[in-house]
Amino acid sequence: MNQVMITKPRKSPYRWLVYIALLAVYIWAFSGIPFTGIKETAGTVIQSIARGLFAPDWDYVYLPEGEDLLRGLLDTLAISVLGTVISALVSIPFAFWAATNINRFRPVSGTGKVTLSFVRTFPELVMALLFIKAVGPGSFAGVLALGLHSVGMLGKLYAEEIENIDRGPSEALLAAGANRLQLLWFAVLPQVLPGFLSISLLRFEINIRSATILGFIGAGGIGTPLIFALNTRHWDRVGIILLGIVIMITIIDLISGAVRKKLV
Amino acid sequence: MSLHIKMETNVHNQSARPKPPGRIKHYLTAVLILALIWGSSRQTDASFAELFTGMPNMMDLLKQMFPPRWSYFDNIVHGMLETIRMALIGTTIGTIVAIPVTLLCASNLAPSRWLYHLSRLLLNLVRTIPDLLLAAIFVSVFGLGPVPGILALTVFTVGLISKLTYELLETIDRGPIEALTAAGGNYIQRIVYGVVPQIQANFMSFVLYTFEINVRAAAVLGLVGAGGIGLYYEATLGFLEYDKTCVIILFTLAVVLLIDYAGTKLREKLL
Repeated sequence: MNQVMITKPRKSPYRWLVYIALLAVYIWAFSGIPFTGIKETAGTVIQSIARGLFAPDWDYVYLPEGEDLLRGLLDTLAISVLGTVISALVSIPFAFWAATNINRFRPVSGTGKVTLSFVRTFPELVMALLFIKAVGPGSFAGVLALGLHSVGMLGKLYAEEIENIDRGPSEALLAAGANRLQLLWFAVLPQVLPGFLSISLLRFEINIRSATILGFIGAGGIGTPLIFALNTRHWDRVGIILLGIVIMITIIDLISGAVRKKLV
Repeated sequence: MSLHIKMETNVHNQSARPKPPGRIKHYLTAVLILALIWGSSRQTDASFAELFTGMPNMMDLLKQMFPPRWSYFDNIVHGMLETIRMALIGTTIGTIVAIPVTLLCASNLAPSRWLYHLSRLLLNLVRTIPDLLLAAIFVSVFGLGPVPGILALTVFTVGLISKLTYELLETIDRGPIEALTAAGGNYIQRIVYGVVPQIQANFMSFVLYTFEINVRAAAVLGLVGAGGIGLYYEATLGFLEYDKTCVIILFTLAVVLLIDYAGTKLREKLL
Protein backbone atom coordinates (compact mmCIF):
# COMPACT_ATOMS: atom_id res chain seq x y z
CA MET A 1 0.00 0.00 0.00
CA ASN A 2 1.47 3.24 -1.07
CA GLN A 3 0.44 5.88 1.39
CA VAL A 4 0.92 9.49 0.47
CA MET A 5 1.87 11.68 3.35
CA ILE A 6 0.52 15.20 3.18
CA THR A 7 2.79 17.58 5.00
CA LYS A 8 1.61 20.93 6.22
CA PRO A 9 3.42 23.81 4.55
CA ARG A 10 6.03 25.18 6.91
CA LYS A 11 5.32 28.57 8.33
CA SER A 12 7.92 31.25 7.94
CA PRO A 13 9.98 31.71 11.11
CA TYR A 14 9.86 35.46 10.54
CA ARG A 15 6.09 35.68 10.80
CA TRP A 16 6.25 36.80 14.43
CA LEU A 17 8.32 39.78 13.37
CA VAL A 18 5.60 40.72 10.89
CA TYR A 19 2.92 40.38 13.56
CA ILE A 20 4.88 42.53 16.00
CA ALA A 21 5.49 45.15 13.33
CA LEU A 22 1.78 45.20 12.47
CA LEU A 23 0.87 45.54 16.14
CA ALA A 24 3.30 48.43 16.51
CA VAL A 25 1.80 50.16 13.46
CA TYR A 26 -1.70 49.81 14.91
CA ILE A 27 -0.65 51.10 18.32
CA TRP A 28 0.94 54.05 16.57
CA ALA A 29 -2.19 54.65 14.50
CA PHE A 30 -4.71 54.44 17.33
CA SER A 31 -2.63 56.46 19.77
CA GLY A 32 -2.59 59.43 17.41
CA ILE A 33 -6.35 59.82 17.02
CA PRO A 34 -8.19 61.86 19.62
CA PHE A 35 -11.29 59.78 20.15
CA THR A 36 -12.49 62.11 22.89
CA GLY A 37 -13.50 65.02 20.68
CA ILE A 38 -16.94 63.65 19.85
CA LYS A 39 -19.73 66.11 20.46
CA GLU A 40 -22.27 65.23 23.13
CA THR A 41 -25.00 66.34 20.76
CA ALA A 42 -24.20 63.51 18.32
CA GLY A 43 -27.17 61.46 19.49
CA THR A 44 -29.72 64.20 18.97
CA VAL A 45 -28.18 65.14 15.62
CA ILE A 46 -28.43 61.54 14.43
CA GLN A 47 -32.07 61.55 15.50
CA SER A 48 -32.82 64.70 13.57
CA ILE A 49 -30.96 63.37 10.51
CA ALA A 50 -33.00 60.18 10.65
CA ARG A 51 -36.16 62.24 10.98
CA GLY A 52 -35.06 64.39 8.03
CA LEU A 53 -34.28 61.33 5.93
CA PHE A 54 -37.70 59.84 6.59
CA ALA A 55 -39.56 63.11 6.17
CA PRO A 56 -37.70 64.80 3.32
CA ASP A 57 -38.50 68.31 2.18
CA TRP A 58 -40.50 67.32 -0.92
CA ASP A 59 -41.15 70.95 -1.87
CA TYR A 60 -37.48 71.30 -2.69
CA VAL A 61 -37.70 68.85 -5.60
CA TYR A 62 -39.02 71.52 -7.90
CA LEU A 63 -39.04 75.24 -7.25
CA PRO A 64 -40.26 77.46 -10.08
CA GLU A 65 -37.61 80.14 -9.47
CA GLY A 66 -34.69 77.70 -9.79
CA GLU A 67 -31.99 76.41 -7.44
CA ASP A 68 -33.93 73.23 -6.70
CA LEU A 69 -33.08 69.56 -6.51
CA LEU A 70 -33.84 68.65 -10.11
CA ARG A 71 -31.77 71.47 -11.50
CA GLY A 72 -28.92 70.60 -9.13
CA LEU A 73 -28.97 66.98 -10.21
CA LEU A 74 -29.16 68.00 -13.87
CA ASP A 75 -26.14 70.22 -13.31
CA THR A 76 -24.27 67.33 -11.71
CA LEU A 77 -25.19 65.05 -14.59
CA ALA A 78 -24.07 67.63 -17.14
CA ILE A 79 -20.74 68.13 -15.36
CA SER A 80 -19.99 64.43 -15.42
CA VAL A 81 -21.13 63.94 -19.04
CA LEU A 82 -19.00 66.78 -20.31
CA GLY A 83 -16.06 65.91 -18.05
CA THR A 84 -16.13 62.31 -19.26
CA VAL A 85 -16.37 63.31 -22.93
CA ILE A 86 -13.44 65.71 -22.62
CA SER A 87 -11.29 63.17 -20.84
CA ALA A 88 -12.28 60.40 -23.25
CA LEU A 89 -11.01 62.52 -26.15
CA VAL A 90 -7.89 63.83 -24.41
CA SER A 91 -6.96 60.33 -23.22
CA ILE A 92 -6.69 58.85 -26.72
CA PRO A 93 -3.34 60.45 -27.69
CA PHE A 94 -2.02 59.77 -24.17
CA ALA A 95 -2.99 56.11 -24.47
CA PHE A 96 -1.16 55.74 -27.79
CA TRP A 97 1.82 57.47 -26.20
CA ALA A 98 1.85 55.04 -23.27
CA ALA A 99 1.06 51.79 -25.13
CA THR A 100 4.14 49.59 -25.34
CA ASN A 101 3.14 47.93 -28.63
CA ILE A 102 2.72 51.26 -30.43
CA ASN A 103 5.89 52.81 -29.10
CA ARG A 104 8.51 50.10 -29.22
CA PHE A 105 11.10 52.48 -27.81
CA ARG A 106 10.72 51.84 -24.07
CA PRO A 107 11.52 55.31 -22.70
CA VAL A 108 8.69 56.81 -24.80
CA SER A 109 5.94 54.55 -23.47
CA GLY A 110 7.56 54.65 -20.04
CA THR A 111 7.32 58.43 -19.78
CA GLY A 112 3.74 58.19 -20.99
CA LYS A 113 2.89 55.78 -18.20
CA VAL A 114 4.60 57.95 -15.56
CA THR A 115 2.76 61.06 -16.79
CA LEU A 116 -0.57 59.24 -16.55
CA SER A 117 0.08 57.97 -13.04
CA PHE A 118 1.10 61.48 -12.00
CA VAL A 119 -2.20 62.88 -13.31
CA ARG A 120 -4.04 60.04 -11.59
CA THR A 121 -2.65 60.78 -8.15
CA PHE A 122 -3.50 64.45 -8.35
CA PRO A 123 -6.84 64.67 -6.47
CA GLU A 124 -9.72 66.04 -8.55
CA LEU A 125 -10.83 68.32 -5.73
CA VAL A 126 -7.44 70.01 -5.70
CA MET A 127 -7.63 70.33 -9.49
CA ALA A 128 -11.07 71.87 -9.08
CA LEU A 129 -9.62 74.37 -6.58
CA LEU A 130 -7.00 75.38 -9.15
CA PHE A 131 -9.50 75.63 -12.01
CA ILE A 132 -11.80 77.75 -9.86
CA LYS A 133 -8.95 80.23 -9.62
CA ALA A 134 -8.69 80.21 -13.42
CA VAL A 135 -12.28 80.27 -14.67
CA GLY A 136 -14.11 81.31 -11.52
CA PRO A 137 -16.44 79.21 -9.36
CA GLY A 138 -19.15 77.29 -11.17
CA SER A 139 -19.88 74.15 -13.10
CA PHE A 140 -17.26 74.76 -15.76
CA ALA A 141 -14.44 74.51 -13.22
CA GLY A 142 -15.88 71.16 -12.18
CA VAL A 143 -16.04 69.99 -15.79
CA LEU A 144 -12.39 70.87 -16.34
CA ALA A 145 -11.29 69.23 -13.09
CA LEU A 146 -13.09 65.98 -13.92
CA GLY A 147 -11.92 66.15 -17.52
CA LEU A 148 -8.28 66.47 -16.55
CA HIS A 149 -8.27 64.09 -13.58
CA SER A 150 -10.01 61.26 -15.48
CA VAL A 151 -7.30 61.31 -18.14
CA GLY A 152 -4.98 59.57 -15.68
CA MET A 153 -7.18 56.53 -15.25
CA LEU A 154 -8.72 56.47 -18.73
CA GLY A 155 -5.35 56.82 -20.45
CA LYS A 156 -3.98 53.89 -18.48
CA LEU A 157 -6.96 51.63 -19.21
CA TYR A 158 -7.07 52.69 -22.88
CA ALA A 159 -3.36 51.91 -23.19
CA GLU A 160 -3.96 48.43 -21.76
CA GLU A 161 -6.77 47.97 -24.28
CA ILE A 162 -4.41 48.94 -27.12
CA GLU A 163 -1.73 46.58 -25.80
CA ASN A 164 -4.18 43.68 -25.94
CA ILE A 165 -5.16 43.99 -29.62
CA ASP A 166 -4.77 41.20 -32.11
CA ARG A 167 -1.77 41.81 -34.38
CA GLY A 168 -3.32 39.96 -37.34
CA PRO A 169 -5.32 42.78 -38.94
CA SER A 170 -2.44 45.28 -38.74
CA GLU A 171 -0.01 42.77 -40.25
CA ALA A 172 -2.45 42.01 -43.06
CA LEU A 173 -2.88 45.70 -43.80
CA LEU A 174 0.87 46.25 -43.61
CA ALA A 175 1.40 43.42 -46.10
CA ALA A 176 -1.15 45.02 -48.41
CA GLY A 177 0.86 48.25 -48.33
CA ALA A 178 -1.13 50.41 -45.92
CA ASN A 179 0.50 53.41 -44.33
CA ARG A 180 0.52 54.15 -40.60
CA LEU A 181 -2.64 56.22 -40.61
CA GLN A 182 -4.56 53.53 -42.52
CA LEU A 183 -3.28 50.93 -40.05
CA LEU A 184 -4.60 53.00 -37.20
CA TRP A 185 -7.96 53.66 -38.82
CA PHE A 186 -8.75 50.20 -40.21
CA ALA A 187 -6.90 47.81 -37.90
CA VAL A 188 -6.40 49.38 -34.49
CA LEU A 189 -9.43 51.62 -33.96
CA PRO A 190 -12.15 49.05 -34.81
CA GLN A 191 -10.60 46.68 -32.27
CA VAL A 192 -10.24 49.14 -29.41
CA LEU A 193 -13.34 51.28 -29.86
CA PRO A 194 -15.85 49.05 -27.98
CA GLY A 195 -13.37 48.72 -25.13
CA PHE A 196 -12.78 52.48 -25.06
CA LEU A 197 -16.52 53.13 -24.88
CA SER A 198 -17.01 50.59 -22.11
CA ILE A 199 -14.14 52.04 -20.06
CA SER A 200 -15.47 55.56 -20.57
CA LEU A 201 -18.91 54.52 -19.34
CA LEU A 202 -17.34 53.00 -16.23
CA ARG A 203 -15.49 56.25 -15.69
CA PHE A 204 -18.76 58.13 -16.16
CA GLU A 205 -20.20 56.17 -13.25
CA ILE A 206 -17.23 57.22 -11.12
CA ASN A 207 -17.38 60.80 -12.34
CA ILE A 208 -21.02 61.25 -11.41
CA ARG A 209 -20.11 60.33 -7.83
CA SER A 210 -17.27 62.86 -7.89
CA ALA A 211 -19.50 65.50 -9.44
CA THR A 212 -21.87 65.33 -6.48
CA ILE A 213 -19.10 66.46 -4.15
CA LEU A 214 -17.43 69.05 -6.39
CA GLY A 215 -20.01 71.54 -5.20
CA PHE A 216 -18.56 71.41 -1.67
CA ILE A 217 -15.75 73.65 -2.85
CA GLY A 218 -17.84 75.69 -5.29
CA ALA A 219 -17.35 73.76 -8.52
CA GLY A 220 -21.03 73.41 -9.35
CA GLY A 221 -23.62 70.69 -9.06
CA ILE A 222 -25.77 69.41 -6.24
CA GLY A 223 -22.91 69.56 -3.72
CA THR A 224 -23.33 73.30 -3.15
CA PRO A 225 -26.94 73.18 -1.85
CA LEU A 226 -26.06 70.02 0.08
CA ILE A 227 -23.14 71.51 2.00
CA PHE A 228 -25.25 74.61 2.59
CA ALA A 229 -28.10 72.52 4.01
CA LEU A 230 -25.63 70.56 6.16
CA ASN A 231 -24.06 73.71 7.56
CA THR A 232 -27.41 75.33 8.31
CA ARG A 233 -28.77 72.02 9.71
CA HIS A 234 -31.75 71.78 7.40
CA TRP A 235 -31.95 68.01 7.84
CA ASP A 236 -35.13 67.57 5.80
CA ARG A 237 -33.38 69.24 2.89
CA VAL A 238 -30.28 67.09 3.41
CA GLY A 239 -32.61 64.10 3.34
CA ILE A 240 -34.21 64.97 0.01
CA ILE A 241 -30.85 65.78 -1.61
CA LEU A 242 -29.33 62.50 -0.42
CA LEU A 243 -32.37 60.66 -1.70
CA GLY A 244 -32.04 62.41 -5.05
CA ILE A 245 -28.33 61.56 -5.31
CA VAL A 246 -28.86 57.90 -4.42
CA ILE A 247 -31.72 57.53 -6.91
CA MET A 248 -29.85 59.30 -9.70
CA ILE A 249 -26.66 57.27 -9.23
CA THR A 250 -28.60 54.00 -9.02
CA ILE A 251 -30.41 54.75 -12.28
CA ILE A 252 -27.20 55.79 -14.03
CA ASP A 253 -25.43 52.64 -12.82
CA LEU A 254 -28.25 50.46 -14.14
CA ILE A 255 -28.29 52.13 -17.56
CA SER A 256 -24.55 52.21 -17.90
CA GLY A 257 -24.21 48.61 -16.74
CA ALA A 258 -26.75 47.46 -19.33
CA VAL A 259 -25.01 49.36 -22.13
CA ARG A 260 -21.61 48.03 -21.10
CA LYS A 261 -22.90 44.47 -21.14
CA LYS A 262 -24.03 45.01 -24.73
CA LEU A 263 -20.70 46.54 -25.76
CA VAL A 264 -18.33 43.78 -24.69
CA MET B 1 -18.05 15.87 -59.47
CA SER B 2 -16.63 16.83 -56.17
CA LEU B 3 -15.45 20.08 -57.64
CA HIS B 4 -18.95 20.80 -58.83
CA ILE B 5 -20.38 20.28 -55.36
CA LYS B 6 -17.75 22.52 -53.88
CA MET B 7 -18.63 25.29 -56.28
CA GLU B 8 -22.24 24.94 -55.49
CA THR B 9 -21.67 25.24 -51.74
CA ASN B 10 -19.57 28.28 -52.47
CA VAL B 11 -22.40 29.91 -54.33
CA HIS B 12 -24.72 28.96 -51.57
CA ASN B 13 -22.40 30.51 -48.99
CA GLN B 14 -22.28 33.72 -50.91
CA SER B 15 -26.01 34.17 -50.89
CA ALA B 16 -26.15 33.45 -47.13
CA ARG B 17 -23.41 35.96 -46.45
CA PRO B 18 -24.36 38.25 -43.55
CA LYS B 19 -25.33 41.71 -44.58
CA PRO B 20 -23.09 44.47 -43.27
CA PRO B 21 -24.57 45.97 -40.11
CA GLY B 22 -26.83 48.90 -40.74
CA ARG B 23 -25.37 52.34 -40.41
CA ILE B 24 -28.56 53.85 -38.98
CA LYS B 25 -27.82 52.66 -35.45
CA HIS B 26 -24.39 54.26 -35.48
CA TYR B 27 -25.79 57.56 -36.72
CA LEU B 28 -28.46 57.53 -34.02
CA THR B 29 -25.85 56.84 -31.35
CA ALA B 30 -23.71 59.68 -32.67
CA VAL B 31 -26.69 62.05 -32.65
CA LEU B 32 -27.60 61.01 -29.11
CA ILE B 33 -24.05 61.59 -27.86
CA LEU B 34 -23.82 64.96 -29.61
CA ALA B 35 -27.16 65.98 -28.11
CA LEU B 36 -25.90 64.96 -24.67
CA ILE B 37 -22.72 66.99 -25.13
CA TRP B 38 -24.62 70.00 -26.41
CA GLY B 39 -27.13 69.85 -23.56
CA SER B 40 -24.42 69.42 -20.97
CA SER B 41 -22.37 72.31 -22.23
CA ARG B 42 -25.47 74.51 -22.16
CA GLN B 43 -26.22 73.41 -18.61
CA THR B 44 -22.70 73.99 -17.30
CA ASP B 45 -22.09 77.23 -19.23
CA ALA B 46 -19.00 75.67 -20.69
CA SER B 47 -17.10 78.10 -22.83
CA PHE B 48 -13.63 77.38 -23.98
CA ALA B 49 -13.16 81.05 -24.71
CA GLU B 50 -13.44 81.52 -20.96
CA LEU B 51 -10.84 78.85 -20.44
CA PHE B 52 -8.45 80.64 -22.78
CA THR B 53 -9.03 84.01 -21.17
CA GLY B 54 -8.61 82.31 -17.80
CA MET B 55 -5.38 80.64 -18.86
CA PRO B 56 -3.12 83.56 -17.92
CA ASN B 57 -4.71 83.53 -14.44
CA MET B 58 -3.90 79.90 -14.08
CA MET B 59 -0.38 80.34 -15.38
CA ASP B 60 0.03 83.12 -12.89
CA LEU B 61 -1.14 80.77 -10.16
CA LEU B 62 1.28 78.09 -11.23
CA LYS B 63 4.08 80.65 -11.31
CA GLN B 64 3.25 81.66 -7.75
CA MET B 65 3.39 78.03 -6.69
CA PHE B 66 7.03 77.78 -7.64
CA PRO B 67 9.42 77.68 -5.97
CA PRO B 68 7.62 75.76 -3.22
CA ARG B 69 8.21 77.06 0.29
CA TRP B 70 9.89 73.99 1.75
CA SER B 71 9.96 75.41 5.28
CA TYR B 72 6.19 74.77 5.45
CA PHE B 73 6.93 71.07 5.30
CA ASP B 74 7.42 70.86 9.10
CA ASN B 75 3.87 72.13 9.68
CA ILE B 76 2.17 69.53 7.53
CA VAL B 77 4.06 66.37 8.53
CA HIS B 78 1.63 65.93 11.41
CA GLY B 79 -1.34 66.28 9.04
CA MET B 80 0.13 63.72 6.68
CA LEU B 81 0.68 61.21 9.49
CA GLU B 82 -2.90 61.76 10.59
CA THR B 83 -4.04 61.05 7.03
CA ILE B 84 -2.19 57.73 7.02
CA ARG B 85 -3.53 56.86 10.47
CA MET B 86 -7.09 57.59 9.34
CA ALA B 87 -6.70 55.44 6.23
CA LEU B 88 -5.20 52.60 8.26
CA ILE B 89 -7.87 52.58 10.97
CA GLY B 90 -10.71 53.09 8.50
CA THR B 91 -9.50 50.23 6.32
CA THR B 92 -9.05 47.90 9.30
CA ILE B 93 -12.43 48.49 10.91
CA GLY B 94 -14.11 48.45 7.52
CA THR B 95 -12.50 45.13 6.65
CA ILE B 96 -13.65 43.55 9.91
CA VAL B 97 -17.20 44.76 9.35
CA ALA B 98 -17.08 43.66 5.71
CA ILE B 99 -16.46 39.99 6.53
CA PRO B 100 -19.97 39.16 7.81
CA VAL B 101 -21.54 41.53 5.26
CA THR B 102 -19.86 39.80 2.35
CA LEU B 103 -21.06 36.38 3.55
CA LEU B 104 -24.62 37.69 3.60
CA CYS B 105 -24.21 39.11 0.10
CA ALA B 106 -22.76 36.03 -1.62
CA SER B 107 -25.58 34.11 -3.29
CA ASN B 108 -23.96 30.71 -2.65
CA LEU B 109 -23.19 31.25 1.05
CA ALA B 110 -25.98 33.47 2.36
CA PRO B 111 -27.82 31.77 5.24
CA SER B 112 -31.22 32.89 3.97
CA ARG B 113 -32.71 34.24 0.77
CA TRP B 114 -34.38 37.37 2.08
CA LEU B 115 -31.35 38.32 4.16
CA TYR B 116 -29.30 38.04 0.96
CA HIS B 117 -31.61 40.32 -1.02
CA LEU B 118 -31.85 42.82 1.81
CA SER B 119 -28.09 43.06 2.35
CA ARG B 120 -27.42 43.33 -1.39
CA LEU B 121 -29.88 46.20 -1.64
CA LEU B 122 -28.41 48.00 1.38
CA LEU B 123 -24.87 47.50 0.12
CA ASN B 124 -25.75 48.90 -3.29
CA LEU B 125 -27.34 51.95 -1.69
CA VAL B 126 -24.34 52.55 0.55
CA ARG B 127 -22.02 52.24 -2.42
CA THR B 128 -23.76 55.07 -4.26
CA ILE B 129 -22.74 57.63 -1.63
CA PRO B 130 -19.28 59.12 -2.28
CA ASP B 131 -16.80 59.05 0.63
CA LEU B 132 -16.49 62.82 0.86
CA LEU B 133 -20.26 63.13 1.15
CA LEU B 134 -20.25 60.60 3.98
CA ALA B 135 -17.47 62.58 5.63
CA ALA B 136 -19.46 65.82 5.35
CA ILE B 137 -22.46 64.17 7.02
CA PHE B 138 -20.35 62.61 9.77
CA VAL B 139 -18.66 65.97 10.39
CA SER B 140 -22.00 67.58 11.02
CA VAL B 141 -22.89 64.75 13.41
CA PHE B 142 -19.66 64.28 15.35
CA GLY B 143 -17.93 67.62 14.87
CA LEU B 144 -14.60 68.45 13.24
CA GLY B 145 -11.65 66.09 13.52
CA PRO B 146 -10.35 62.79 12.26
CA VAL B 147 -13.11 60.62 13.80
CA PRO B 148 -15.79 61.48 11.19
CA GLY B 149 -13.16 60.90 8.51
CA ILE B 150 -12.40 57.46 9.89
CA LEU B 151 -16.10 56.64 9.98
CA ALA B 152 -16.56 57.75 6.38
CA LEU B 153 -13.61 55.64 5.27
CA THR B 154 -14.96 52.69 7.26
CA VAL B 155 -18.32 52.83 5.50
CA PHE B 156 -16.63 53.25 2.14
CA THR B 157 -14.31 50.29 2.87
CA VAL B 158 -17.23 48.06 3.84
CA GLY B 159 -18.90 48.87 0.53
CA LEU B 160 -15.84 48.26 -1.63
CA ILE B 161 -14.41 45.16 0.08
CA SER B 162 -17.81 43.49 0.41
CA LYS B 163 -18.51 44.01 -3.28
CA LEU B 164 -15.13 42.71 -4.44
CA THR B 165 -15.24 39.75 -2.04
CA TYR B 166 -18.78 38.56 -2.72
CA GLU B 167 -18.03 38.52 -6.43
CA LEU B 168 -15.01 36.36 -5.65
CA LEU B 169 -16.97 34.15 -3.23
CA GLU B 170 -19.51 33.36 -5.91
CA THR B 171 -16.79 31.81 -8.07
CA ILE B 172 -15.20 29.53 -5.44
CA ASP B 173 -15.01 25.76 -5.69
CA ARG B 174 -17.94 24.11 -3.90
CA GLY B 175 -16.04 20.86 -3.34
CA PRO B 176 -14.43 21.61 0.05
CA ILE B 177 -17.70 23.04 1.40
CA GLU B 178 -19.65 19.96 0.35
CA ALA B 179 -17.00 17.69 1.86
CA LEU B 180 -17.20 19.60 5.14
CA THR B 181 -21.00 19.43 5.09
CA ALA B 182 -20.83 15.68 4.49
CA ALA B 183 -18.41 15.32 7.39
CA GLY B 184 -20.84 17.17 9.62
CA GLY B 185 -19.22 20.62 9.72
CA ASN B 186 -21.42 23.48 10.87
CA TYR B 187 -21.75 26.86 9.14
CA ILE B 188 -18.75 28.44 10.88
CA GLN B 189 -16.55 25.42 10.25
CA ARG B 190 -17.54 25.34 6.60
CA ILE B 191 -16.58 28.99 6.23
CA VAL B 192 -13.31 28.75 8.16
CA TYR B 193 -12.01 25.51 6.58
CA GLY B 194 -13.85 25.45 3.24
CA VAL B 195 -14.02 29.09 2.13
CA VAL B 196 -11.29 31.10 3.83
CA PRO B 197 -8.32 29.13 2.43
CA GLN B 198 -9.67 29.65 -1.09
CA ILE B 199 -9.97 33.41 -0.93
CA GLN B 200 -7.28 34.37 1.61
CA ALA B 201 -4.70 35.72 -0.82
CA ASN B 202 -7.19 37.60 -2.96
CA PHE B 203 -8.87 39.05 0.08
CA MET B 204 -5.57 40.43 1.41
CA SER B 205 -4.94 41.90 -1.99
CA PHE B 206 -8.34 43.65 -1.90
CA VAL B 207 -7.54 45.03 1.55
CA LEU B 208 -4.25 46.47 0.36
CA TYR B 209 -5.92 47.92 -2.72
CA THR B 210 -8.62 49.53 -0.56
CA PHE B 211 -5.94 50.94 1.71
CA GLU B 212 -4.30 52.60 -1.31
CA ILE B 213 -7.64 54.14 -2.31
CA ASN B 214 -8.31 55.22 1.26
CA VAL B 215 -5.00 57.06 1.52
CA ARG B 216 -5.94 59.08 -1.55
CA ALA B 217 -9.41 59.71 -0.17
CA ALA B 218 -8.11 60.64 3.30
CA ALA B 219 -5.83 63.24 1.72
CA VAL B 220 -8.85 65.30 0.64
CA LEU B 221 -11.28 64.54 3.47
CA GLY B 222 -9.88 67.54 5.34
CA LEU B 223 -11.58 69.83 2.83
CA VAL B 224 -14.86 69.16 4.61
CA GLY B 225 -13.22 69.29 8.05
CA ALA B 226 -12.71 65.57 8.56
CA GLY B 227 -9.05 65.66 9.54
CA GLY B 228 -5.84 64.90 7.74
CA ILE B 229 -3.72 66.92 5.36
CA GLY B 230 -6.73 68.25 3.46
CA LEU B 231 -7.33 70.79 6.22
CA TYR B 232 -4.25 72.68 5.12
CA TYR B 233 -5.47 73.31 1.57
CA GLU B 234 -8.06 75.77 2.69
CA ALA B 235 -5.71 77.37 5.18
CA THR B 236 -3.09 78.08 2.52
CA LEU B 237 -5.37 78.81 -0.43
CA GLY B 238 -7.44 81.17 1.68
CA PHE B 239 -4.41 83.29 2.44
CA LEU B 240 -3.23 83.05 -1.19
CA GLU B 241 -0.05 81.31 -0.09
CA TYR B 242 0.24 79.16 -3.18
CA ASP B 243 3.86 78.27 -2.55
CA LYS B 244 2.72 76.50 0.61
CA THR B 245 -0.12 74.79 -1.27
CA CYS B 246 2.46 73.48 -3.67
CA VAL B 247 4.37 71.84 -0.81
CA ILE B 248 1.17 70.12 0.33
CA ILE B 249 0.41 68.86 -3.17
CA LEU B 250 3.93 67.58 -3.77
CA PHE B 251 4.11 65.90 -0.37
CA THR B 252 0.74 64.21 -0.90
CA LEU B 253 1.79 63.03 -4.36
CA ALA B 254 5.02 61.59 -3.00
CA VAL B 255 3.33 59.72 -0.16
CA VAL B 256 0.50 58.41 -2.35
CA LEU B 257 2.91 57.22 -5.04
CA LEU B 258 5.09 55.53 -2.41
CA ILE B 259 2.16 53.72 -0.79
CA ASP B 260 0.80 52.74 -4.20
CA TYR B 261 4.17 51.34 -5.18
CA ALA B 262 4.56 49.38 -1.94
CA GLY B 263 0.97 48.13 -2.20
CA THR B 264 1.38 47.00 -5.80
CA LYS B 265 4.61 45.14 -4.98
CA LEU B 266 3.00 43.42 -1.98
CA ARG B 267 -0.06 42.48 -4.01
CA GLU B 268 2.13 41.00 -6.73
CA LYS B 269 3.83 38.84 -4.09
CA LEU B 270 0.49 37.73 -2.65
CA LEU B 271 -1.09 36.47 -5.86
